[in-house]
Amino acid sequence: MTTPVLFDIPGPRSRARTRIATVIGALVVLGVLAFVLARLGGNGQLEGQRWAVLFDPSSRVPQLLLGALLDTLQVALVAMVLATALGLLLAVARLSDHRWVRVPVGAVVEFFRAIPLLVVIFALYFVLPGFGVRLSPYAALTAGLVLYNMAVIAEIVRAGILSVDRGQRDAAFAIGMRKSQVMTLVLLPQAVRRMLPILIAQLVVLLKDSSLGFIIGYFELLRQARSLVEYFTPRFGNEYTFQLYVAAGLLYIAVNVLLSQLAKYVDRRSRRGPKAAAATNDVDLPADTPSITGLNSGL
Amino acid sequence: MQFFIDNFPLLRDAFLTTLSLSLLAGLLALVLGTVLAAMRVSPVLPLRGLATFYVETFRNTPLTVVFFFIIFGLPQIDFVVGFFPGAVLAVGLYTAAFVAEALRSGINAVGPGQAEAARAIGLTFGQSLREVVLPQAFRTVVPPLGNVWIAMVKNTSIAAGFATTELAATLPRLANANAGELTLILLAVVVGYMLITVPSAYGIHRLERRVAILR
Repeated sequence: MTTPVLFDIPGPRSRARTRIATVIGALVVLGVLAFVLARLGGNGQLEGQRWAVLFDPSSRVPQLLLGALLDTLQVALVAMVLATALGLLLAVARLSDHRWVRVPVGAVVEFFRAIPLLVVIFALYFVLPGFGVRLSPYAALTAGLVLYNMAVIAEIVRAGILSVDRGQRDAAFAIGMRKSQVMTLVLLPQAVRRMLPILIAQLVVLLKDSSLGFIIGYFELLRQARSLVEYFTPRFGNEYTFQLYVAAGLLYIAVNVLLSQLAKYVDRRSRRGPKAAAATNDVDLPADTPSITGLNSGL
Repeated sequence: MQFFIDNFPLLRDAFLTTLSLSLLAGLLALVLGTVLAAMRVSPVLPLRGLATFYVETFRNTPLTVVFFFIIFGLPQIDFVVGFFPGAVLAVGLYTAAFVAEALRSGINAVGPGQAEAARAIGLTFGQSLREVVLPQAFRTVVPPLGNVWIAMVKNTSIAAGFATTELAATLPRLANANAGELTLILLAVVVGYMLITVPSAYGIHRLERRVAILR
């Protein structure tokens, strides 16, 4: 805390009070921890051999979990690439001078932003077969992630393009560039620079959402853990259930934390540097978008 | 159309489930998020650490994983929660982290002069938070909190994967219907979500303009 504005630099009495509160707070935290550990220990969940299965190659558990992690990452990666590419296209199309391009694209973007991602995935997985199109869980999950996130990314990119100073555009036109040149050579490079932190934050959200594959039966981490539990339970009872769940959850969290750290790093970097001074204002959603999404909140 | 009428009670109940799930989870998230935000700016180190840990963990955990742990994980340590209370708990605990972040950025956005003035006239930490900083913070956080609320309403759909029959869950339930009929149900589901999100967005926009502080 560099500027402790909310509380004075404490005097002896309030220092003592803070110290007491710190001790009590620490005791509460430790108490909660001890309670959880006692609960786990009482159930025998902390015994070494129950956790050893996670690292024992002969049980095939580590291989299967790592394979599931790779499958999760594969869905996320494919969806990230496609969603970003389509999002860029949609953003540019929504800023088009032609009404017949701008309006339908705007409708598509707003539609996909307004409905829950899981409904998009369900529509692809349960409703499309009625029209004779049967998608695998992998295809439905990836397509759902792409459709939903391309709309969100389109708005991020559009906000980024709109945040570039008007003078840039005017100057580019003044030296005789064509519309496409203005967009690709002048506006987009500057916009990308500004929106990169938010874009990566959205990609973290996409990675988190790849866990929805669990619900439609795609073998990502959680589904794999569940299926392993279903395999083990008749043989060993609930011996490894909790451990497998914890492993799957921790793998998810670890991957997300890594990507979040990357986002923070890029954010810090883009705030430094010679060109950052010109781009200090953050990319926010333009006020005119009737936001019926939780954009930028990372939810 | 007959199919739609036949299934209207299911859709209505599903809509009400989504609505009550959203409201209960929203309440839990607001209360817990406010406590967490206060903890994050407090002078007591363990509380600050605990709140930071909570927020960072939940922000980096997929909501599906939270659901998974509450529905399948908790029974392993002898806490059994029902599906609906479990869903409220999962969405509420998850969203609380985002509410805390929104509130904290709101607290940081209140000019330091305000807090300094509050301290200067002798208000304590609690008083300056309660009387000066938080009332202003709540105003600046109306738009981000609104975004969190709307995202949360959409997130309640994940309960469909964990045996709560809310709006999204009607689709797999009726999946064997004909294409035309299922499309109608899909449309009803989409409209159901919009019945919550669109008025919310409008209300938030109105509220935002009413409480906006002119600086």
